[in-house]
Amino acid sequence: MQMNILAMRPARNRKLLLIQSAFVLTAFVLPLLIAPYQVFQWTLIASYAVALLGLNLLMGYSGQISLGHGAFYAIGAYVSGILIDHYGVPYIWTIPAAAGVGMAFGFLFGLPTVKLENLYLALATFGLAVAVPQLLKYKAFEDWTGGFQGITISKPEVPFGLPITQDQWLYYVSLVVALLMFALVHNLLRGRMGRAIVAVRDHPVAASAMGVNVVVLKALTFGVSAMYLAVAGALSTIAMQYVSPDSFAMFLSITLLVGVVIGGLGTLSGALFGAVLIGFLPNFAEQISKSAPGAVYGFLLIAFLFVMPSGVAGGLKILLSRVFKTNSKHSAISTQETK
Amino acid sequence: MKSTHPLMLPAVVLCLSLASTAALAEKKYDTGASDTEILVGNTAPYSGPASAYQIIATSMAAYFDKVNAEGGVNGRKIKFISLDDGYNPPKTVEQTRKLVEQEKVLFMSGGIGTGSQLAVQKYMNTSKVPQLFVGSGQSRFAQPKEYPWSMGFNPNYATEGLAIGRYIAATKPDAKIAVIVPSDDAGKDYMRGFKEGVANSKRAQIVAEATYSTADATIDSQLTAFKAAGADTFFNECTPKFAAQGIAKAYDIGWKPMMILPTVSSSIASVIKPAGVEKAVGVVAPAYLKDPGSKEWENDKAMQAWRVWMAKYNTKVNPNDPLAVQGYVVAELTLEVIKRAGDNLTRENIMKQASSLKDLQLSLLLPGIQINTTPDDYRIIRKFRFQRFDGSSWQLFGSLVGD
Repeated sequence: MQMNILAMRPARNRKLLLIQSAFVLTAFVLPLLIAPYQVFQWTLIASYAVALLGLNLLMGYSGQISLGHGAFYAIGAYVSGILIDHYGVPYIWTIPAAAGVGMAFGFLFGLPTVKLENLYLALATFGLAVAVPQLLKYKAFEDWTGGFQGITISKPEVPFGLPITQDQWLYYVSLVVALLMFALVHNLLRGRMGRAIVAVRDHPVAASAMGVNVVVLKALTFGVSAMYLAVAGALSTIAMQYVSPDSFAMFLSITLLVGVVIGGLGTLSGALFGAVLIGFLPNFAEQISKSAPGAVYGFLLIAFLFVMPSGVAGGLKILLSRVFKTNSKHSAISTQETK
Repeated sequence: MKSTHPLMLPAVVLCLSLASTAALAEKKYDTGASDTEILVGNTAPYSGPASAYQIIATSMAAYFDKVNAEGGVNGRKIKFISLDDGYNPPKTVEQTRKLVEQEKVLFMSGGIGTGSQLAVQKYMNTSKVPQLFVGSGQSRFAQPKEYPWSMGFNPNYATEGLAIGRYIAATKPDAKIAVIVPSDDAGKDYMRGFKEGVANSKRAQIVAEATYSTADATIDSQLTAFKAAGADTFFNECTPKFAAQGIAKAYDIGWKPMMILPTVSSSIASVIKPAGVEKAVGVVAPAYLKDPGSKEWENDKAMQAWRVWMAKYNTKVNPNDPLAVQGYVVAELTLEVIKRAGDNLTRENIMKQASSLKDLQLSLLLPGIQINTTPDDYRIIRKFRFQRFDGSSWQLFGSLVGD
């Protein structure tokens, strides 16, 4: 369960806000200090972070498993690409458009499938992940999707004559979207829907008895999480100016799964840690071993899980609580923070 | 009034001419080139579903190792930096940008994967960095007007289709042809070239044509229709999996056309064996590289030199792997371009040299295949020899066909 800010003691609350503000400030200053291709790397990480927020909502808070969320990422990416390429829609508007399409598809897919038990839901979503890349190449849709070749768009210009590079501008766009999406899910979880989602995860019968329509709620959650993935996909199309079926193979869904678990299920900060991991771990693995980067990657994943079973976020929490414990007089309350 | 010194004019002329020759002899470098080394970048799938193709890149690296061990080129060593992109376009973009912006390579060569290389094509052209000898026959890598900085190595699909069409027109002018292609851009290219080649013979007819989607389970229905149409020639332009199906199904339904495969589906291991070796006897395919597994080249000097190189520099690779031949050839071609650039190691000059190759022969291309490029025609491989499968290996026959 995420730490409920309102239930925390003011001193702790302030410390958290301080950390968060410092982080946001760093995020804004970062692109001015690093090389252009690194700015591009971090722009993609912002996209992954949004994706993981969505997957986390589904898996961490709603307790539903999905092996196929890459499909919604692909849908969002293509909605953005098609709107820009075929209809000349300004790229910024394709983000909410992708959100809408993702939400609709997610909800419609969720309605019949959320009744399934976890393992079967996993298989159903797996089917989605396998089907979508092939559908993207399907000849009937080729005029839209560009088939195998995909869609190329032009790199967005920096507006208002701002004194930054195109790469930096795209980074800021992605960062702002990511922060907005973070705030959105944060508020969602604090509110009624959030409590209902968690209640349905932990005690579906009790929740149902209290008047929660379990199926609709779970489907809605599915829809919202798909919306996040679609937004992330749109951001990636804008960042790369290219979208093709090859980017959305089965492996993407697995990678997202890895990111959300290693980052920390059931925490929002986990989305950021997971995104950084997805973005940089393959490069790190490649530096260790050129010929078998996959093996190194796998080994590092296993090592992570051993050392930090509740993800990076969980590991940090344990660390921080120990730090706070030595400072705080009321250690009994601080240990009440769960998971 | 003083008049100018009588030797002034000749002196000025002499100085100017000395200055201009000095300018010509002057070394010119873009990022990635210096007096001592030249940086060449590459991305390849070292991980992921297509990791078998990494052999092309490892072989390129091994080739440059040999070049450096023997003193380099024009007094400079070649530093070949190859990064993993996992056959994943977003990763290709990231790694390519890293190579260009951080490692500061002079140019990229031998990039593997159509999808991956398409993802960076626009970036390479906007940044004016040569994207040479891409391992793809996609038409966009032979469009100098739109993408002047991109050049493919693999035979252009339309050109290969043209060669195959011409082969049929020449050897079987009364052919009743059936042709199947995938429903994507590559398939359209093949079909276009093929029809143009077939038109060389007025009596040859395409009696049946079909497409398939990679999402289809089989192409059985198309094949049955081909047999019913009475076709006696079959261009089986499919990717390996479907090509194998085509071979097997034709045999099973008792249809015995002259069957032709594209180069990308002519691997014995991935296509012939899965189809069934006995079912593929008589199948024909174009070729442009010497096959290390073929007895034909046992006494060939170039092949022997290749084996020596494999044993010394490329030890991790199977000594009969045709991908190692491809890597060697692409590296040899890259070296040739660098050599010709001399001391003018700018990206523009690299591109200029690559697009002005004349009658270039590389040791492991089939004899007679020469490379010619111009600023209007970037196609490296345009001619082929044809080979026939005899039940155990490919046997070359006939003469060169192509554009």
